[in-house]
Amino acid sequence: MDISIKILRYQPEKDEKPHWQLFKFAIEDEATILDVLNEIHWVHDGTLSYRRSCRSSICGSCAMKVNGRNVLACETPIHRFGTRLKIEPLSGFSIIKDLVVDLEPFFAKLKRIKPYLIVDKPLPDKEFVQSTAELETIGESTLCILCAACSAACPSSWPNQEYLGPAALLKAYRFIFDSRDDGSDERLEIINDKNGVWRCHTIFNCVEACPKKIKITEYLSRLKVKAVENSL
Amino acid sequence: MKIDEARNYHKIDAVIVGAGLAGLRAALEVAKSGLTAAVISKVYPTRSHSGGAQGGIAAALANAAEDSPQMHMFDTIKGSDYLADQDIIELFVNEAIKTVYEFEHMGVPFSRTEDGRINQRAFGGHSSPRACFAQDVTGHVLLHTLYEQCLKHNVFFFNEFQVLSLLLENDVARGLVAWDIRAGGLHIFHARAVLLATGGYGRAWKVTSNAHANTGDGVGLVLEAGLPLEDMEFVQFHPTGLYKHGILLSEAARGEGAYIVNDQGERFMKKYAASKMELAPRDIVSRSEQTEINEGRGIGGKDYVYLDLRHLGKEKILQRLPQIYDLALNYLKVDAVKEPVPIQPTAHYSMGGIPANARTEVIKDAKGTVVRGLYTAGEASCLSLHGANRLGCNSLQDAATFGRIAGIRMGECCRENAYSDLPAEPLAKAQAKIDRLKQAPGKEKHAPIREELQVNMTKYMGVFRNEGDMGKMKAIIKQLQERYRMVAIDDHGAAFNLDLIEALELENLLSFSEVIVEGALARKESRGAHFRTDFPKREDGQWLKHTLAWRRDGKIVLDFSKGVVIFPQYQPQERKY
Repeated sequence: MDISIKILRYQPEKDEKPHWQLFKFAIEDEATILDVLNEIHWVHDGTLSYRRSCRSSICGSCAMKVNGRNVLACETPIHRFGTRLKIEPLSGFSIIKDLVVDLEPFFAKLKRIKPYLIVDKPLPDKEFVQSTAELETIGESTLCILCAACSAACPSSWPNQEYLGPAALLKAYRFIFDSRDDGSDERLEIINDKNGVWRCHTIFNCVEACPKKIKITEYLSRLKVKAVENSL
Repeated sequence: MKIDEARNYHKIDAVIVGAGLAGLRAALEVAKSGLTAAVISKVYPTRSHSGGAQGGIAAALANAAEDSPQMHMFDTIKGSDYLADQDIIELFVNEAIKTVYEFEHMGVPFSRTEDGRINQRAFGGHSSPRACFAQDVTGHVLLHTLYEQCLKHNVFFFNEFQVLSLLLENDVARGLVAWDIRAGGLHIFHARAVLLATGGYGRAWKVTSNAHANTGDGVGLVLEAGLPLEDMEFVQFHPTGLYKHGILLSEAARGEGAYIVNDQGERFMKKYAASKMELAPRDIVSRSEQTEINEGRGIGGKDYVYLDLRHLGKEKILQRLPQIYDLALNYLKVDAVKEPVPIQPTAHYSMGGIPANARTEVIKDAKGTVVRGLYTAGEASCLSLHGANRLGCNSLQDAATFGRIAGIRMGECCRENAYSDLPAEPLAKAQAKIDRLKQAPGKEKHAPIREELQVNMTKYMGVFRNEGDMGKMKAIIKQLQERYRMVAIDDHGAAFNLDLIEALELENLLSFSEVIVEGALARKESRGAHFRTDFPKREDGQWLKHTLAWRRDGKIVLDFSKGVVIFPQYQPQERKY
């Protein structure tokens, strides 16, 4: 089918600020957003840059904004949006080039919450015993692919670079609620802060944006409860 | 372009290329020992393709049924069609158990048995349920866990850097030169030990489960450095690639009981592997599938068959195989609870790669002469653990176990050796690559050349091969290499120049693809994943040996004097399932 695509372009060496560029061509009906970008880059304009790798919704490279919604380009068929597409980089991050944004602050926040199992007890010879119910408490949160779609959709994150944001807080949840972990206190100290979990205003944008359909806001709410219990 | 050498110079004990399971596990080991470790990766570490692995990681924990390292060993030997080196397998099966418990202690959220231990499921070619799994996102959780451990232990990360040349002189590795993708510019990494953990080379094919990043950059660099590659003709085609897309649908589906059926609704594996059925090793299932398709029993006579999960029931599908369910729904609009999923064989795993010994030291000849300070692990390497065909869920285990061993050995190397001097003009080779692509008068573009390579590799170098097809492929590659000399890029900017990166990757694809074809032409037998219709039998008398290949003066030179390590108790037998 014939499609018309507007892409927000920015080449730091040439452009003072981002501008829209229009492309029009025909593509197979079942094409994905990533197929569209590849078609542009490989056939029409080699200067277009974007991130992508796995093509199967697991690496998290190709999160971007299409017609106002944050999606993974690789798993999103164009027919979800019709024949007129508007593609731009994730909001809330500075643009390096075209659809590629600076994710260093995003990954730096992850490191702040001590994203690793903290164990005080002696290690068992074999595995820690963990019940299926205990695992289920954290199961969904371990599916996060760090694509940053949630943070880019979060109005609390936009004006405040210090806010840990939904992805890092979800990771904090994943460890604090892991039955094997002994590091709750030190992590709660980090997130029980005005730029920690309390900056989440339960807007639910992150949940809507998450390509893995993780109920992030719900987990952040459980963190709030835990933070309160812990400080009593 | 002038390079500010002082600013872009890094002196680090161990430099690791690739941030998948092998690279990260090695980096963690080095950093924990008190040395400095840097990981250079062209994607953010959590985006490495180890994360795409779904079904599980093999270890004989015996949590779900009776099992032992010896059983794991025999299954792996038989699965390899006897081409694997048995000393490597012995080391592997014994270390595998420790590797899994280590992962669990790091916090990996493994799925659990009823009594709270790590759960295990059946996988192709394994005689016991041996795949430790986390739903069907096993690679994803292992990768994220390792990345987080590396953050804890202060591994240095150079994310979005593309390696352009190895700094190697007199058989001693001294470091490498990499391009900063984000900002542009070359960086020198001066090291005492270098690990190549750059993953597989499945991007040479059009229909592939591999990520865009899997362009075999490590194997390309090794060829360029005058070192050999091993067993490159052995490439695994996974039987359950999502139709047209090639995207992986894990073997875990069959491990949980899914069927593969043809146009007549027949579970055709009964004709090819009556006892193992769908859980025969991948080379056999892919060949069976391709035979059904070639003989007109694909669905509607077309080039695909069905993976049928329906009888597993909604609950099991959504609980154990949620990713597979989503992939089929998103990409093909197929609801796997209600409909069968169209599948076809897809290029998946590279058994061949950079030759190394049990210490993961890169070797430069059939005698095993070591290149000091140069290491390799994971899919980029050929130890040879998988021989002619890898068993499912042995790859994550391979990457993690030999990643750890590489980390230990690199640590020893760093403690025993001072930094060796850099070659006289360390940037020259890398700079020349960049300059040529930016300044070429060129009328050629990289994208159509890559497309032609991939389409023809799928057509001529697939599940079934023969002399005529491979001869055509050889000629095509020669032509494409000629055209590549005239490639120019559109984008001349410094920041995140994807055009430049793809052009650089294509040079590697064209280089090692020639080795694949030459090795496959020379090997006049059928073994594991390498099946020739003109030589359909395995020939142990002549071909029970590894292929080594060098590029010398623009030609591929082959050597078959590297034998296979075979223990007296595991002599080659006919391979039946």
